[in-house]
Amino acid sequence: MAFKYATRACTIALTAMTWLATPAAAMPSDTHEYTLDNGLSVVVRRDARAPVAVSQLWYHVGSSYEHQGITGVSHVLEHMMFKGTETLAPGEFSQIVSDNGGEHNAFTSRDYTTYYEQLAADRLEVAFRLEADRMRNLRLDPAEFDKERQVVIEERRLRVTDQPQSLLSERFNAQAYLASPYGLPVIGWRGDLDDMQLADLQQWYERWYGPSNATLVVVGDVEPSAVRDLAEKHFGDIPAGEVPAPRGETGVAEPGERRLTLHRTDVNTPYLLMGYNVPSLASAEDATEVHALAVLSMILDGGEGAVLSEELVRGRALAASASAGYSPVDRLDTLFMLSGVPAMDHDIDTLEAALLERIEGFRQEPVSAETLQRAKTQLLADHIYQLDSTFYQAMEIGRLEATGIGWEVLEGYEAAVEAVTAAQVQAVARKYLTADRLTVARLIPAAHRDRTRQEAE
Amino acid sequence: MMTASMRLAIATLLFLGSAVAAAQPQIQHWRTDNGAEVYFVAARELPIVDVRLTFDAGGARDGNTPGLARLTNELVMAGAEGMDAGTIARQFEANGARIDNASQQDMAYLHLRSLSDPGRLAPSLSLFRDVVAAPSFPAEDFQRTREQMLVSLRQSQQSPGKTASRRFKAAIYGDHPYGTPAAGTVAGLKAATRGEVKAFYERYYAARNMVIAIVGDLERDRAERIAADLANTRPDGEPASPLPPVAAGAVGETLRVDFDTQQTHILLGQPAVRRGTADWHALYVANHILGGGGLTSRLSEEMREKRGLSYSTQSYFAPAARKGRFEIRTQVRNDKRDEALTVLRESLHAFHAEGPTADELASAKRQITGSFPLNLDSNRDILGYVAMIGFYDLPLDYLARFRDQVQSVDADAVRRAFRAHVDPDALTTLMVGPYPETRGEE
Repeated sequence: MAFKYATRACTIALTAMTWLATPAAAMPSDTHEYTLDNGLSVVVRRDARAPVAVSQLWYHVGSSYEHQGITGVSHVLEHMMFKGTETLAPGEFSQIVSDNGGEHNAFTSRDYTTYYEQLAADRLEVAFRLEADRMRNLRLDPAEFDKERQVVIEERRLRVTDQPQSLLSERFNAQAYLASPYGLPVIGWRGDLDDMQLADLQQWYERWYGPSNATLVVVGDVEPSAVRDLAEKHFGDIPAGEVPAPRGETGVAEPGERRLTLHRTDVNTPYLLMGYNVPSLASAEDATEVHALAVLSMILDGGEGAVLSEELVRGRALAASASAGYSPVDRLDTLFMLSGVPAMDHDIDTLEAALLERIEGFRQEPVSAETLQRAKTQLLADHIYQLDSTFYQAMEIGRLEATGIGWEVLEGYEAAVEAVTAAQVQAVARKYLTADRLTVARLIPAAHRDRTRQEAE
Repeated sequence: MMTASMRLAIATLLFLGSAVAAAQPQIQHWRTDNGAEVYFVAARELPIVDVRLTFDAGGARDGNTPGLARLTNELVMAGAEGMDAGTIARQFEANGARIDNASQQDMAYLHLRSLSDPGRLAPSLSLFRDVVAAPSFPAEDFQRTREQMLVSLRQSQQSPGKTASRRFKAAIYGDHPYGTPAAGTVAGLKAATRGEVKAFYERYYAARNMVIAIVGDLERDRAERIAADLANTRPDGEPASPLPPVAAGAVGETLRVDFDTQQTHILLGQPAVRRGTADWHALYVANHILGGGGLTSRLSEEMREKRGLSYSTQSYFAPAARKGRFEIRTQVRNDKRDEALTVLRESLHAFHAEGPTADELASAKRQITGSFPLNLDSNRDILGYVAMIGFYDLPLDYLARFRDQVQSVDADAVRRAFRAHVDPDALTTLMVGPYPETRGEE
């Protein structure tokens, strides 16, 4: 059971690409959507390459639905979903999936909490039966909660507290997302984890875990209508219930330049994070801006031949590594990210100045036709490659549904990417990559490395 | 005497068996004229072709220059006749192709992923061939890549997990090549020369030291031409000589490394098993039950489910050309590390002494055999398996027979295999966390 940071890949998706000399029938673009009477949405894509299926149940709730004081509640609830129901003892869920030759887990992010099973396609019913059971019959046990809170605190120590770059990223987010719930850490602040009550989890479960706030995604060697029938059989009689709208916070578009420096005695290598507040595919008024930003991120960091590698890692040799990323599949405004580690004998100020200078270049000059086409080709080819994983295909559909964008955008993706012009790329750089949208965070080795044990946070 | 219902059960079993066999990737194998081994799987559903060249050229071949194998591998795409790194990369990228490379303990590889559209595939393959034929290892890129590796070495020293892995391998392997990190050492990288890199490439990136794996949307005859074309770019050369055997290591040693963290990372293990060992399936089942099977394993049950001590506790075997390690790994808050160590040791001793229960064995077999197709559901997975089969010279029907082999394992075989490869009294224990009393020892 894991939580997940915002991915930095600039990914959405596509179906078949007409510019390939490939029969469309060979592509797993056969996607079907059904809605049960209680509001549960079911999306099925057939991909019969192997006799297996992945089932993912997406609840449209995550840390961006939380507020200070209860941060981490979505993720702790995710852990408790394995701790028994009215019909199953703690751990029995996992045992049943294992006994059926399946694998399963769950993950929590800002906009969703997702439970998945991967099974032989003819065992799909096992997943549905178990998920339907814990959608309404969860039993939250105090003793199990005490242990699981401790497990989550260990998870926090492992992934954040003892990892200086993660710690920087957590604090960076808190600054970069002014007045936006995306500033809350998915795993929760330590104090909130300590204070969390079983009643908080109960309330969270009752408020958000209904069929009308969920999407069931299945990809694999399955017959779509049979999957719909199976979903009806297991989820159909769960009452719809009422699900509130998420809170209205969406953040501030142009908060002003923010800076943060973390000085650590346990760090020996500086690290730089920069992010600009930009729209997501869900929040954008004009989707073409989103595709232009995705193309720009590919131009910066689409591979060894892209700008950051060519100019900063090799050319001027200022960076040991440098990357850019933009993940537009978010419910609220998101970030266009840059990050880097200075090369030996170069400092972090020089690296930051070089990145800013390069961004300024995109504001001043349109990119060449060759650069633009290369970035688009890469975006589209990468989406073909992502079809290789059925799990990823289901992820993509689920993320689009849970963020309110809708998987249907995949149909127009190829055309949208192809339509991006150099002028649009320059326009989004001018509009969004500005000082008032920028947050800079730096991780700096403290001058004296003494190994004094850290205080608990 | 066979009853009617038994006959029916067997018939059903056979039917299932054949249906499943049909779903296995059909691996074709041949050798090129100059001695490269080729493994090919046609997968026509997606318009993708993967070509991976794997060499017996991992960190174990570093010799006296730790990091040399990885430095060489990182530099192959940095230049060739008339082309610098950026020019090469942008030509691949303009066709939507992806290159990735890695140099691990045993193997090093170069991997091209391309769209199968001939207009995209042909130029990328031709460029791939030209670079592999004669990389120029430019002096400037040599310096820069070495510095990048030094930065990442330094960075890894601030990570408790990576520090634990590095120190653990050094402890259990001593002077054996497996004791030195594939990422290199500061001394090794500083000493490396461009001449050594070129010589390493000529010696180890040779046809007879190469396995070519091809998976994807193409016909056999096209795959044959691609393989021959790539193999012909390299001299025949010689297979790398066998690595030295792993000597029996320190017995029952416990090492502590001082680290400024809230958790202590605990590793227990020893050199254990070679790839291709006859009782691998029994060991695989054993590890699944002990600490490999996710949340249902014994270690996970004892550490996480019962006591809330850790987020993650796992065991695994890492079979290699020579004895790869067996390892148990967890992270716990500092004031619980002694309790955790006791739980881990007691669990291991109990399993070693008694082996699995009948229920555990049945459940493990159901899960392993049932979930096996999940390991083969993408071209990328198949490519990895096929390259492994080729590199370690495993039988061509390794995947096809895997489930039957697991099914045929009994409790006694599991217990015997585990006892043959793991000796709980000879384990090395490594703890990385705050140990102020050991300060200054490194």
